[in-house]
Amino acid sequence: MMAAEAIAKTAPDSVPILELRHVTRVLPGPVPVTLVRDIDLKIPRGTFAAISGPSGSGKSSLLYLMSLLDRPTSGEVLLEGRVIDGLSDAERAAIRLRRLGFVFQFHFLLPEFSSLDNVLLPMRKARLLSAKEMRARAADLLHQLDLDDCAKKTPGQLSGGQRQRVAIARALANDPHVVFADEPTGNLDSKNGRIVFDIFERLVDEEGRSVVTVTHDTDLAARAEMQIRIVDGRIVDR
Amino acid sequence: MNLLIDIALAHLRNRKRQTVVSLLGVSLGVGFFIAIAAMMQGFQSYFIDKIIDVAPHIEMKDEYRRPPLQPVEQLYEGGAVGLTGVKPKDEPRGIKQGRAKVAELEQLPGVMASGYLTGEIILRYGSKDVSGSVVGIEPERERQVSKIEDDLIAGALDNLYTTANGLLIGEGLARKLGADMADTLTVLSPAGVILKMKVVGVFSTGIVELDNFRVYTLLKKAQVLQDRPNVINRIRLRLDDVNQAEELARRIERRYGYRSESWQEANQNVLGIFVIQNGIMYSTTGAILLVAAFGIFNIISTVVLEKTRDIAILKSLGFTSGDVELIFVAEGLLVGVAGALLGWLMGYAMSRGLGAVQFEIEGFIRSEGFILDYSPWHYGISAVMAISAATFAAYLPARRAARVYPVDIIRSAA
Repeated sequence: MMAAEAIAKTAPDSVPILELRHVTRVLPGPVPVTLVRDIDLKIPRGTFAAISGPSGSGKSSLLYLMSLLDRPTSGEVLLEGRVIDGLSDAERAAIRLRRLGFVFQFHFLLPEFSSLDNVLLPMRKARLLSAKEMRARAADLLHQLDLDDCAKKTPGQLSGGQRQRVAIARALANDPHVVFADEPTGNLDSKNGRIVFDIFERLVDEEGRSVVTVTHDTDLAARAEMQIRIVDGRIVDR
Repeated sequence: MNLLIDIALAHLRNRKRQTVVSLLGVSLGVGFFIAIAAMMQGFQSYFIDKIIDVAPHIEMKDEYRRPPLQPVEQLYEGGAVGLTGVKPKDEPRGIKQGRAKVAELEQLPGVMASGYLTGEIILRYGSKDVSGSVVGIEPERERQVSKIEDDLIAGALDNLYTTANGLLIGEGLARKLGADMADTLTVLSPAGVILKMKVVGVFSTGIVELDNFRVYTLLKKAQVLQDRPNVINRIRLRLDDVNQAEELARRIERRYGYRSESWQEANQNVLGIFVIQNGIMYSTTGAILLVAAFGIFNIISTVVLEKTRDIAILKSLGFTSGDVELIFVAEGLLVGVAGALLGWLMGYAMSRGLGAVQFEIEGFIRSEGFILDYSPWHYGISAVMAISAATFAAYLPARRAARVYPVDIIRSAA
């Protein structure tokens, strides 16, 4: 249970929540494609960071590398000061489950399950709480995101904005240190997009979590404390 | 684990029609297996029980498996000169010192032995001549080696003692002759002896061959009839453990030289048919299950393709490849288990239905319908086959699901 021990350890506040050292990711193939190139980056704890850039610039690829979904071709990724590249898939899965939250452009909720059950999913997988506590927490998360009426509804019965908020509630289920979002507003109108960013700001300001989001919406990106701009797989300015 | 099963169930609920079809496929396979197995095993074990009850477990005959070697062949083995047209030695037929051998064989643990004289006869009643085979028995011994007494539908075994020239005849033979109890028949033997004999019992074993040809009389009478006083030409053995028959028959033959057949050897032809029957049964039901397995493979492959996004999201949330694989294997397992349970009900209902069918058959044995064997083994075997087929069918697409790399899916969805 190395993975569980890894999760239990928390680094002091001075250690950046995320650090990338010379990270390069090349997509192998007949013509190898370099997605991100020699990225050096530190994201301090409790930061709202936005990665922006033109489409195809590698911003999503960078997010996948940070969020343990993908492995770099070279370089190191450190989560809370610990190099995570050498861990097994199962250990990385355990870290994702307990410490990271994910929100994608498409809501990616399981269509057969109600909102409440979707939020319960990561908790039931992690099994840190009793069934009763899980339900209470899920209901509380939905309440915080103003989704009280939606608990029993399946994703098909919800609007786009509601679905994305359910997805955020699910991302928060296991009380993650970092929430990663990949174009979370890409499918939303500007009002709902603002709501999502309001929530992100609250997660950072009130709950002390870190949020890393990819967005091509410059207005929204401007609201983040830390802006990372990527062009052709490289950081151009901050 | 509950969580994985919940997800598996949700997938199956989402594809109700296909799930129901695969489930029915599995349950039909199981149901037919149970019904056919009940029918075949019922018949087979009935037949074998009958054989074991009625026929001797080992029969020693006054014959040799191979013709005895001529003295010239014994002396000059593989010699340059061969003899043809040699007449075999004209030995008096019968088992030499038969009584002594019976006494010896009876010393073996768990063995009852009895000597007989058998021969062919013609039974004449009115204008009818019917051939039969007569077996000379000693009733007090016969009681210990066979269950003929239980098969008597009229008369009694001891009537052979009380009536001079008494005969027990098979039911079919009685019908052919048109004779009944207390009728007097004329019995002709190849030795030229003609006796008037009285029917003092009719038996029905259920084995057609016996009921249509067999006649019992006292050993002494049979010896008179065949003009072979004090001769026996068969020794029949009854064992406590019928499974030892083959081994013991071999030992006896090695010791005495006379051909000794176990019940398995004597009924080889029928037992051979049983093996083929079972083969047909297993391949038929196997084929049904195979088709069902393809159905399951199909539905789960479809679900895997359809649910790639869900698989990617589950993995990104922290589900391992093993978890994902388990979800889809569980789907096959659930269909297999549900199908097996439904199949049990179907199989039970079908075998009950078959049991209610009434008809007359007269083949190897006589029966008034299917003889069924409700063995829990059939339920067990069919369920194991069905569940493992279903699980394996699901395992293949499940492995593909486990290999889904979430980034590929998320990237292409975005």
